[in-house]
Amino acid sequence: MTVTEVGKARLRKEDAHLITGRTRYTDNLTLPGTLHLALVRSPFAHAKITSIDTSEAKSSPGVVAVLTGADVADKQGSLPNVWPITAEQKAPAHPAIAVDTVAFAGEVVACIVARTAAAARDAVELVDVSYEELPVVLDLEEAVKDEVLAHPDLGTNISATWVYDSGTAGSGKPIAEALEGAEVLIERTYYQQRLIPAFMEPRSVLVDPTGEQLTVWSATQIPHILRLLLALTLGIPESKVRVIAPDVGGGFGGKLQVTPEEAITVLAARHTGKPCKYTETRSESLMAAHHGRAQVQKVKLAATKDGIVTGLDIHLLADMGAYLGLVASGVPILGAFMYNSIYKFPAYRFECTNLFTNKAWTDAYRGAGRPEATFAIERTMDELAVELNMDPLELRKKNWITHEEFPFATVAGLEYDSGNYEAATAKAEELFGYDELRAEQARRREANDPVQLGIGISTYTEMCGLAPSRVLGALRYVAGGWDHAQVRVLPTGNIEVVTGTSAHGQGHETAWSQLVADKLGVAFENIEVLHGDTHISQRGMDTYGSRSLVVGGMAVLAAADKVIAKAKVMAAHMMEASEEDIEFAEGKFSVKGTEQSTSFGDVAFATFAGHDLPEGFEPNLDSEATVDPDNFSFPHGTHFAAIEVDTETGEVSIRKYVCVDDVGVVVNPLIVEGQVHGGLAQGIAQALYEEAVHDETGTLVTGSFVDYLVPSAPDLPHFTTARTETPATTNQLGAKGVGEAGTIASTPAIVNGVLDAVRHLGVKDINMPCSPSRVWAALEEAKTAGGVQ
Amino acid sequence: MASSKITVEVDNVSYTDEVEPRLLLVQYLRERLGKTGTLIGCDTTNCGACTVHLDGVSVKSCTMFAVQADGHKVTTIEGMATDGKLHPLQQAFHQCHALQCGFCTPGMIMQSASLLSENPHPTEQEIRDGLEGNLCRCTGYQNIVAAVQAVADGTVSAGSNETETAGVA
Ligand code: FES
Ligand code: FES
Repeated sequence: MTVTEVGKARLRKEDAHLITGRTRYTDNLTLPGTLHLALVRSPFAHAKITSIDTSEAKSSPGVVAVLTGADVADKQGSLPNVWPITAEQKAPAHPAIAVDTVAFAGEVVACIVARTAAAARDAVELVDVSYEELPVVLDLEEAVKDEVLAHPDLGTNISATWVYDSGTAGSGKPIAEALEGAEVLIERTYYQQRLIPAFMEPRSVLVDPTGEQLTVWSATQIPHILRLLLALTLGIPESKVRVIAPDVGGGFGGKLQVTPEEAITVLAARHTGKPCKYTETRSESLMAAHHGRAQVQKVKLAATKDGIVTGLDIHLLADMGAYLGLVASGVPILGAFMYNSIYKFPAYRFECTNLFTNKAWTDAYRGAGRPEATFAIERTMDELAVELNMDPLELRKKNWITHEEFPFATVAGLEYDSGNYEAATAKAEELFGYDELRAEQARRREANDPVQLGIGISTYTEMCGLAPSRVLGALRYVAGGWDHAQVRVLPTGNIEVVTGTSAHGQGHETAWSQLVADKLGVAFENIEVLHGDTHISQRGMDTYGSRSLVVGGMAVLAAADKVIAKAKVMAAHMMEASEEDIEFAEGKFSVKGTEQSTSFGDVAFATFAGHDLPEGFEPNLDSEATVDPDNFSFPHGTHFAAIEVDTETGEVSIRKYVCVDDVGVVVNPLIVEGQVHGGLAQGIAQALYEEAVHDETGTLVTGSFVDYLVPSAPDLPHFTTARTETPATTNQLGAKGVGEAGTIASTPAIVNGVLDAVRHLGVKDINMPCSPSRVWAALEEAKTAGGVQ
Repeated sequence: MASSKITVEVDNVSYTDEVEPRLLLVQYLRERLGKTGTLIGCDTTNCGACTVHLDGVSVKSCTMFAVQADGHKVTTIEGMATDGKLHPLQQAFHQCHALQCGFCTPGMIMQSASLLSENPHPTEQEIRDGLEGNLCRCTGYQNIVAAVQAVADGTVSAGSNETETAGVA
């Protein structure tokens, strides 16, 4: 195949309707007779519902119905968790509308169905719910004690405990020896604050119960998974449910969920027999859409005096919130494989305890487990460097896997196929001006400059391309990790690509067109990509975990390969040659050693016409493929941040940010760059700005964008981005995935930089987000402790 | 609630409607006029997704009532392209890959247009400050800033055909 499209910065096909306002976000859609929902939510984090009086709401103008948990108790089932990480995993039942208790503030207790959204909202106030408050457990270190229970019926707050031990797994030595014999032992605790995905499009769902099938439009990342699980949860035949993800305004893991709101809208539509729509307000979204991170990480790192790490021991407490989300239980486990990162640690142990609390449920958020892991190891590598008085970059170089050592079997049991950490780091050092900045830092320390300079380093790798089905099976995930595509050949030779991935900003229409254009020699413009509707794309595993290109894209390529194989038979027949002599390149079939050729379009038309077919040949070139990856892919990179900290105000600013990422072969550099930028922004947001804060009653204090500080344009710097390209060896393109890299790498780079700026003043650690008040307080504390002259 | 009659020119078409006093301008645009190009991203006037122009100046259409637009001229994202030609900012957002999911895009473009009409040659910092009231969760803002800069520098101009944008020949 002649590569002309792959690697090109093609402008996006998706943009035209988005820049002109001709969009089809779910809330933009209305069907004739649509009824509107508004939800009554619990103000208490833990309470018994003693009574609900809906009479006044029912008689409010425009109200058609009011549904309570009791009304739908026999129909609503329990929302699914599909990742029982242990055989003993515990989880409370999760009704879409609470029946007798609520376990977090924001839980739905009743649903109003009305002729207009305004009438529905008005009636919310008229539902009279009496609660008997119960004690709340909010903090992980409290929850693990099992004194106050988030769900008393469960008898414990512990959902599951999961362990990986390189000694017993045979992937390394036992950790005990490493810790006992350690010349240097670094012990630290990190707090991964709760974050909120905060996609810009609030979740919305429209259900039409009036046709042959129940049609569900939803602002979701996972139309296929949603179809299956809504059907199973609500007891509707799967074949009777069609899910459409129209334009979806961002997800970041936050729309990787089967939500109460989706189930409730289906229940309301079936109850009324009318189309029903629910669109959340931002306040509801922040309160009740799943949150992310929320872990306490206890780290022990053993090393020799000259900086060779000999073992890593990780103990996690992970906050599931009040209910067990779709894949929430597995999020810490996705991190478990990554704590050893790019390094050759000989011994590793990981133990995680998943806990329930009376806060909103958590689940995947961009990176899902891997940002937490990368943060912990990169912070700790810096701590070790400080302890040994060694340059942090030198320390990393001493411990990382060198490029000659690939493929490399890691202590966490994975096989890294490829990588070149030396090359990415060298490029980043040069772009950053590492030595010059170190010199400036020394000068400013010397001069007692009130604004101190810090240099933050983060090297990372991550696992993308969820996932080989056999690995998921071994980890007790209930489904597989394959993906599916169909390549349809139209009579003119134009192409329709049907993909099982479901883009919500990623640009699959553009990128998949580039893939197929190269394969089939069909013009980029003559390829349409169809997705996000289970009627059209009947098989797929959707979009999350940087899987779309490395799994879904490979299915597209495999389907296109099958088209070529079929077309060769037809071409041979047309040119009266033997099939073995047919060569295909740049959209042309030719007969080896002759001038004879025929175009892809001609073969397509001749097949369509079907007048003269080879013996037994079906007049159809359409092909499909389901691809299950053999391995994950492992992007990596090196990020540097030059951080200025005003020691008088605690204010942090990012003076320079340089990242060099190796995401393998790039299909569209423009899209890759965009993914990196957006990922960096979210990682930086965790380091400096965002935190979901609850008060002692469990009420979300950061319940609007006034308090939950999603960064705006002036809060972020200009990023210098570059790439190295070490192709993955585990897929036909050599691609690795890029959706989460920026988020994974940037958080530790920033925090390492902040600490590097103020460590000489006696500051040892600052919990995220490193807000001015926290940095200032840390500086003050260091002063009182006598850390400063 | 007593409703009142308003006359508003939206994207060069005049509309006369009876509206409830509590109806927000953004609801009027979306629910009554079907102008769903203008989006709602929050309920606390922080996100800017709903930004439109009122007599040429950007406003967050969730911060005002429809009745307050009576007698005024409103421009939404749907009125930015003229004669089938994209507005330079629309073109620039496309060319600079300044959008991913596109949800912030209508508001960003409207705010950027207002910013450039007040300050035709902004610095990078002035662009960032001028967009402070508009949140984007996807792009990290860098390409949005570049798009605005490109229009200010004249390196992107109007005139591209709307349909060409998608690479649809
Ligand atoms: S909708 Fe968020 S500012 Fe108007
Ligand atoms: S492009 Fe998605 S919010 Fe800006």
